[in-house]
Amino acid sequence: MIWDRKYECMEREEMEQLQLERLQSTLNRIFRNVSFYKKRFDLLKIFPEEIQSIKDLSQIPLTAKEDLRQSYPYGMFALPLREVVRIHSSSGVTGKPTVTGYTRNDLHHWSQLTARVLTAGGVTKDDVVQITFKYGLFTGAFGLHHGAELIGASVIPMSTGNTHKQVLIMQDYKTTALVSTPSYALLLSRYMGTEGIDPKTLSLRLGLFGGEPCPEPMRKEIEERLFISATDNYGVSEVMGPGVAAECEAKNGLHLYEDHFIPEIIDPLTLKALPPGAEGELVLTTLSKEAFPLVRYRTRDITSLDYSPCPCGRTLVRIKKVLGRSDDILIIKGVNVFPSQIEAILLEVEGVEPRYQIIADRFDGVDILEVKVEVNEGVFSDEIKILQNISAKIERKIREIIGVSAKVKLVAPESLQPPEGKAPKVIDRRKK
Amino acid sequence: MLRVESISAFYGAIQALRNVSIHVSPGEIVTLLGANGAGKTTLLKIISGIHPPAKGRLLFSGQNITGLPAEHILRLGVGQVPEGRQIFAPLTVMDNLILGAYVRLKGAGKKNVLQDMDSIFELFPILKERAKQRAGTLSGGEQQMVAIGRTLMARPKLLLLDEPSMGLAPKIVTDIFKTIQALRDRATTILLVEQNANAALKVADRGYVIETGRIILEGETHDLLNNKEVQRAYLGKEYREVWEGVKGGKI
Repeated sequence: MIWDRKYECMEREEMEQLQLERLQSTLNRIFRNVSFYKKRFDLLKIFPEEIQSIKDLSQIPLTAKEDLRQSYPYGMFALPLREVVRIHSSSGVTGKPTVTGYTRNDLHHWSQLTARVLTAGGVTKDDVVQITFKYGLFTGAFGLHHGAELIGASVIPMSTGNTHKQVLIMQDYKTTALVSTPSYALLLSRYMGTEGIDPKTLSLRLGLFGGEPCPEPMRKEIEERLFISATDNYGVSEVMGPGVAAECEAKNGLHLYEDHFIPEIIDPLTLKALPPGAEGELVLTTLSKEAFPLVRYRTRDITSLDYSPCPCGRTLVRIKKVLGRSDDILIIKGVNVFPSQIEAILLEVEGVEPRYQIIADRFDGVDILEVKVEVNEGVFSDEIKILQNISAKIERKIREIIGVSAKVKLVAPESLQPPEGKAPKVIDRRKK
Repeated sequence: MLRVESISAFYGAIQALRNVSIHVSPGEIVTLLGANGAGKTTLLKIISGIHPPAKGRLLFSGQNITGLPAEHILRLGVGQVPEGRQIFAPLTVMDNLILGAYVRLKGAGKKNVLQDMDSIFELFPILKERAKQRAGTLSGGEQQMVAIGRTLMARPKLLLLDEPSMGLAPKIVTDIFKTIQALRDRATTILLVEQNANAALKVADRGYVIETGRIILEGETHDLLNNKEVQRAYLGKEYREVWEGVKGGKI
């Protein structure tokens, strides 16, 4: 199903015209209303009227999260607070929080966008949607909540925590669609396992996952354990929240809502724009936001753009599942190495799990790359020769595909997973 | 149907339009809102080929029409109802209408043109009663009907309406907008320039807001009606207050 055929299935030429019009009016508004951009444009002698095509966008400097922090709290709002009807904010764990505002129109568009996300994931007005994101400053819960209501589904605003109650409600209220992080879905399924609850007895049929990366094997595991169809969706809290991009039934990349956001891919180190298909950091420009417009915002997420047609009928560009952050990027002997590239290789090799740790070190001035990979339960007990073959295969693939030599070390199952929290995917010992 | 890409235009040294892009899709009514001197009429004149753009590109039905002479653009199907009506006052209503069909008199033949005139009379029954009257003796509202009818006689694919409600009594304005509604039901594609934002947003599908030669907002009418800036500047709601920002003191 498609929520908004007019925009989701728009011809490329029409879409580009719409983007150009919205980009130009956005630039005119921020130049007039946002002192941060006005000052920066004045300094660099950039005039909004010089942006005569989408390509010209690359003349404008990037906006970083740091810029938002320095404008804390309201310095980058394009409208006075009296026109803002909602405020959300990041947690501020890693620094000063970032604050975003929404006008009535912004909220209207946001609901429309999350309605697209949910519809693409299979939700209809007949569904009972259980939202297990935290209701509060975080954008996830409210964003999808309003979209689900717009569709006409019955929304259960559960918020986070209390797994026992979540499962109870899921059983009694006959929840058909679960909105959560993929890891919480796994946790729910494990909890049901220990409590002796058969997921087949639930009414659950859909899972809409966001908030964190959902690699393919994880999706498969959730789908098999909970007997549901799971789709991934993508959002950036500074840009809008959920409702930036979402998977359709083809489950082959996430359609990005280009009528509201212009995507670009840049090399996170040189900051140069990369051609379609190349992997790099996603940069987004908002096209409809009134209260908090952003121009060329660095999301730090690593992905690529795919303009090829999708069987679902949407003409929107697709971004590859976001699995890595540009902060995780490593330069080994001058070659950019993304953890997601290693992950993709591991997924193709039989006998290993996509659980890994990349360690960069320097020995006598030479960069060394080591990859620790968990093997399957079955393979681990096998003879040493098989293990040697597997590691040689991975080493060869890394050399062929990424262009650097790496030493692969196979480790026991579950050994990279610490009992509490997350293990770092990348360790760079050269920084010491 | 119509695509305007990054148009800039000057009157002498004065820049009237800065990097303006808009589009109109078939069957749509799109309105262009803005104060006096914002550049609305200039944009219409550029689309119909009366004023040359300094920069940018115009496409009509996929064809590049940038810099084409006005009569050529008219033949392609862009008809403009000029601001202030500009009817031929000494001529009869009928002659005004026939002159509107001038570009297709040769090809279409008199019979077809007369048939079209009947359909104009259907749209504006009062004009049938006044058919033999000199256009200059008509009321303002009737003259506007003549001006619209005259443009429709050329069978335009895209109708450009420049301030059709200007200088008319409120009741007549209502009538004119009823006509625009009727044209919409006939699937006419319209680009409507108006200062009467309330009325324009009632009939339009989408709109653009132009200020000092720049488009500062675009969107579906629902969005524009809900936008506080539009409400203040064009719908007479609320007042603009100085924003005592935390930083920068923005307005």
